[in-house]
Amino acid sequence: MSQFQAIGSIGVPSPPPIVAIPASPGYWRSVWGRLQRDPVTVAVGILLLTIFFVTAFAPLVATQDPTTGSVIGRLQPIGSAGHWLGTDETGRDMWARLAYGGRLSLLTGVAPVTISLLIGGILGITAGYAGGLVGTLIMRTMDVFYAFPSILLAIAICGMLGSGLFNSVLALALVFIPPMVRISETVTSQCRHLDFVEAARASGTTTSQIIRHHMLANVLGPILVYATSLISLSIILSAGLSFLGLGVTPPAAEWGLMLNSLRQSIYVQPYVAALPGLMIFVTSMCFNLTADGLRSAMDVRLAH
Amino acid sequence: MLVFVIRRLLQAIPILIGVSLVVFGLVHLVPGNPIDMLMPPEASPEVIAQMKAAFGFDKPLYMQYLLWLSRAISGDFGLSIFNSTPVAGQLMDALTNTLKLAILAAILGFSAGIALGLIAGFNHNRWPDKIASVITTAGVSMPHYWCAIVMVLACAVLNDWLPAQGMGDDQDPFLDRLQYLVMPVVTLSFIPMGVVGRLVRATVLEILGREFPGALAAKGLTRWPILRHVCKNAAPPVLALMGLQFGYLLGGSILVETVFNWPGSGNLLNIAIFRRDIPVLQATILVLASFFVVLNLMVDILQAAIDPRLRR
Repeated sequence: MSQFQAIGSIGVPSPPPIVAIPASPGYWRSVWGRLQRDPVTVAVGILLLTIFFVTAFAPLVATQDPTTGSVIGRLQPIGSAGHWLGTDETGRDMWARLAYGGRLSLLTGVAPVTISLLIGGILGITAGYAGGLVGTLIMRTMDVFYAFPSILLAIAICGMLGSGLFNSVLALALVFIPPMVRISETVTSQCRHLDFVEAARASGTTTSQIIRHHMLANVLGPILVYATSLISLSIILSAGLSFLGLGVTPPAAEWGLMLNSLRQSIYVQPYVAALPGLMIFVTSMCFNLTADGLRSAMDVRLAH
Repeated sequence: MLVFVIRRLLQAIPILIGVSLVVFGLVHLVPGNPIDMLMPPEASPEVIAQMKAAFGFDKPLYMQYLLWLSRAISGDFGLSIFNSTPVAGQLMDALTNTLKLAILAAILGFSAGIALGLIAGFNHNRWPDKIASVITTAGVSMPHYWCAIVMVLACAVLNDWLPAQGMGDDQDPFLDRLQYLVMPVVTLSFIPMGVVGRLVRATVLEILGREFPGALAAKGLTRWPILRHVCKNAAPPVLALMGLQFGYLLGGSILVETVFNWPGSGNLLNIAIFRRDIPVLQATILVLASFFVVLNLMVDILQAAIDPRLRR
């Protein structure tokens, strides 16, 4: 298999030739410095923080209740009195629903990636470091799951388990584990053959110390960059599952679900109906751009 | 080369077996028998037993699996629990419809992606690079179901340019039916455009960073011959990605098909999930995943044909 594997039906390409870089003490500080000098990453970071704080403090930002509305005031246009972003098909305030909805959308976007980062990272680093029979066994098992287009697998698992927040997080975590294993394995096996690891082993360092002190420091960076770009895919897919009616269940506010229920009102209030999707788009773009920024800030070859 | 092809073919067999096990196992993720969920609560035990026997759910699991697999290999996917029509026929129709979308979307998306990627890669950090990168990044960040809705909004609601959904009647003139294809195809092509564009850009940059393009320029070659050399080197990874993306177009069109009410495999799957129509569900996922495995295999072989170094 090529190292340029694309992942996800909405493929996030794996970081092009990932190179495990021996991290010097000042490495992370220089990465941070380069990040601060990149205007796009700074702007995107501020936007992401804003989205995060608005959703986290939704009760303070939006005074109206996201789950109750009056049918008389349904489908108000953007800019109407009392509802500056309009109302949805049952008269609930769109601004409140978008703010509260971000909580679930972000949660179902970040949680599966975190779970798969933990499980897939451990499996991949094990496979990459141990190699041999253990490595082959892990990697061949992952190949089977790799044979499914990711959205198909997520939909199939969710379809069988039934809808719900927990099931959709579980399904997406299962979908993301194989790519995460593959990336971790690639980076780890690259790093294992570097001279300083050999030197550490030759001087009698134990395996656990090598992994903790020498490998993790070098391997975590590329894996984290990859995880960041997966969050973007995860947000799109989890909202997609809700959109199909397989994710978060009503009346909870979630962007994908809102998009689906407003779809019927597209002829009445077209712009209001497009709002939840716009939020998914913007958030997912932010995570992609953050991953791009991190990737180029961590690439020492570009820095010189 | 022949040894490589044979080895790759042999490697695909365990993967296909694994895929069939996963597809079969999916159904048993939930406790209980598919028939129990389908039958009304007042159905008599005899009727339930009869139904189970008719659909083969009364045998032990491994027997069910072997029976299902041996039939599936010969193209018999059984009857739909919902309407008792052969699954194979339904699936064939749906796949044909999805293939139409996927092939057109792939052609459009790949060519746009390659063009954008080349423009960006050869103008690194200048404005054409910035514009192309914004477009491709937007492509990969786009929730395509939302994009579909926005397309409907722009072309069918606010203006009356294109039909909002469906695929038209067979009796309609060809050009009229073509109109139904425009929006789904354009929507589906955004993702492959973004993904391919980003990879082409990264690969071109990586290759331009090597020594040989500089050497070619020093030798006096002009821009176009150098471009040809770079493209040849960039082809294998891009080809691999395009193969995968085509597979994703087939399997991932479910959301777009739902919005446009396109009677393809995604729509079939969606309906099967909500009706809990297990035979249809299993057959659709199995066929799509097997297709994906075969596609991967073909890409690997094609890559090795271009680049002998890959024939490890």
